[in-house]
Amino acid sequence: MDPLSWGEILTRIFLQLTPTWIALVLLFVVSVMFKRKLGLYGKLFDSTVGMIGFALVMFWVFTGIFGALDLIVTHDPLAQVSGMKNKVPGTPLAGAEEGEYGWYLLGGDNLARDVFSRVITGAWIVVQIAPIATAFAFMVGITLGLPAGYYGGKLDTFLSFLANLILAFPVILLFYLLVTPEIVETGIPAYMATFLFVFPLIFVGILLNSRYYTQPNFRTPLLIGVLGVMGWLYLSLISEVGSKVHVIPGFMDLFDIPGGILVVFVSVVFVNSPTVFRIVRGLALDIKTRDYVAAAQTRGEGPWYIMLWEILPNARGPLIVDFCLRIGYTTILLGTLGFFGLGLPPESPDWGSTINEGRKFLSIYLHPALPPALALLSLVLGLNLLADGLREESLRD
Amino acid sequence: MGLFILRRLGVMILTGLCLTFLVFTLTNLYPNLEKLAKTQGNFRMSDEEVSSFLEKGGYLQPLPVKYGEWLGVLPSHRYTNEDGSVQGRCILPGQDAAEAPNFCGILQGYWGFSTVFKEEVAGIVGKRLALTGKLMLWVMLLMVPSALILGVLAGMREGSATDRTLSTVAITTTATPEYVSGVILIAVFASSAVGLKWFKGTATSAMESANFENFFLPVLTIALYGMGYIARMTRASMAEVMTAQYIRTARLKGVSFPNIVMKHALRNALIAPFTVIMLQFPWLLNGVVIVETLFNYKGFGWTLVQAAGNNDIELLLGVSVVSVIVVLVTQLISDIGYVYLNPRISVS
Repeated sequence: MDPLSWGEILTRIFLQLTPTWIALVLLFVVSVMFKRKLGLYGKLFDSTVGMIGFALVMFWVFTGIFGALDLIVTHDPLAQVSGMKNKVPGTPLAGAEEGEYGWYLLGGDNLARDVFSRVITGAWIVVQIAPIATAFAFMVGITLGLPAGYYGGKLDTFLSFLANLILAFPVILLFYLLVTPEIVETGIPAYMATFLFVFPLIFVGILLNSRYYTQPNFRTPLLIGVLGVMGWLYLSLISEVGSKVHVIPGFMDLFDIPGGILVVFVSVVFVNSPTVFRIVRGLALDIKTRDYVAAAQTRGEGPWYIMLWEILPNARGPLIVDFCLRIGYTTILLGTLGFFGLGLPPESPDWGSTINEGRKFLSIYLHPALPPALALLSLVLGLNLLADGLREESLRD
Repeated sequence: MGLFILRRLGVMILTGLCLTFLVFTLTNLYPNLEKLAKTQGNFRMSDEEVSSFLEKGGYLQPLPVKYGEWLGVLPSHRYTNEDGSVQGRCILPGQDAAEAPNFCGILQGYWGFSTVFKEEVAGIVGKRLALTGKLMLWVMLLMVPSALILGVLAGMREGSATDRTLSTVAITTTATPEYVSGVILIAVFASSAVGLKWFKGTATSAMESANFENFFLPVLTIALYGMGYIARMTRASMAEVMTAQYIRTARLKGVSFPNIVMKHALRNALIAPFTVIMLQFPWLLNGVVIVETLFNYKGFGWTLVQAAGNNDIELLLGVSVVSVIVVLVTQLISDIGYVYLNPRISVS
């Protein structure tokens, strides 16, 4: 078979991504049709910037999902094919068998693996970790930031001091201190996971309790049900057979997060939480002077009800915008970790590790490093544009 | 104002102590010490040999004691070998034990001895910091003026085509972390694959003699990431100022548009970016680490990576002390500067 020209490569990549295009078009058609009924999400489709950003983000989300479902990936991202080392994009596969995809669309990397498949598989890692880690950071930041802003005083001083302490740390030094194998051996990241991941439980518990406090017949079963399920998930998440934190027996353990991923996850949540804390605290300080808060206080509502059901919903605009920006920032942090070879295993196809591997040969071969770099750039750019669009639309009303 | 600065200084010292203690704790965990012993001695040490090595070095004392020694408030550990010679933290190689001081720590100006570079930490940190200082100087000279110009141009006519274009540029640069922009810049301007070869892909030679060819790419890479953020802040603040009453008055009075921007708007619009620029320092530190690794420029960030990768405890502590001081001092300057620039805020 002949090597492909650039036009053919692009056409083939385009065709390979067919599931993503179909999903994107469907999503946009449905959303634009019903945009008046969809609240803030629908309004996003009034702003060009927001739409471009949303399209970029959803492109990577769909590519990640379909990549994980094995609809897009052409080769095994970890398989090394002899004779394909550092080959340029469009090189036909040496000794291709029947039913195998015949080309390395974006060339082969230094270990003769398919760059295209690695970028697609790497998207799934980012699309999974970044939003979830950001959500956890928000839970921690909100649960601590609301009382700090609302009560003020000693609690606020103490929590703000802690937050500033973490913020004064250079992020990379923190990563180096937390994500080395020696530290993982001591179990510190596992203990930190135990501490940080309990915040969603606290958050949801207080949220539901403060809302249905007056209807104990409804509240008690609800709390038992919700917290039971979340508690089980929590224990499955943190507990791992053979690690330092091993609280529930193996057969009850629903899933295991590979050790490297959990450490990366914890450190990213840890780095993000103080910033979220500061934002939430600032918003709470501002909103607690409003009349509706005074009205709720006069009505005799409890402090947690006021924080979670009066202040928090009114702070949602800036928080949603920051959430988008922060997913982008988390993506950058994940890339940084990969770039320094921390946490994730070296053969992992995530974008940071791939860039790190590719950069060593950058003066001769461009194709292993550039695709993941551009992928990361476009995803973060999409998130920033989306945040911009959301900000504009939420300011409009 | 004096009281405000004094209180901030107190908080700063407390923060510094907490952070160094944290670094100290993490680097002194037993697995880390074991790794240190093995890299210092040899990799096939048995467990007993490791613990005797650590015992001699005083690494097995309780943590607060070790921290006190490092700080210089407790007399340092000494160990008498079987042949009667005395070894200890304060005794430099070749120095007589009797002449060595009892206390040697940060307070006495002794930063420790690096196990990787086989040099005194203070010397390494000073030398590397000077190199990074050179890098930062050029980054600032490139980043701040271009960011301010970008922001002011975009913000003076909000919603115009210029504004849209420049804002998109600014967003794109904030979305490009250093390891992405660095890779792209090297690929385009320095690789033989594209063939432009305008600049060099490494900055190792820039450590002695920096010139445009070997120094521009690293400077540009760091500057790009910070530039977008400062430009967006400037734009927002400029746009806000341009809607103010006194600008409208000036317009109605018939002042020309360039004059309004230069004489009336600019000064007020630059208050917010000033704070942002100061708060950018900690972020730049991150960028410095990435860029120095990428371009192999052996400055402060590169030292951090080396120290952290090899668990060089005292060098790592020295590096963190310096970086924490940089962060806290810039925060202080930004607060004080904000108060001075903005007449609407007073501290007491």
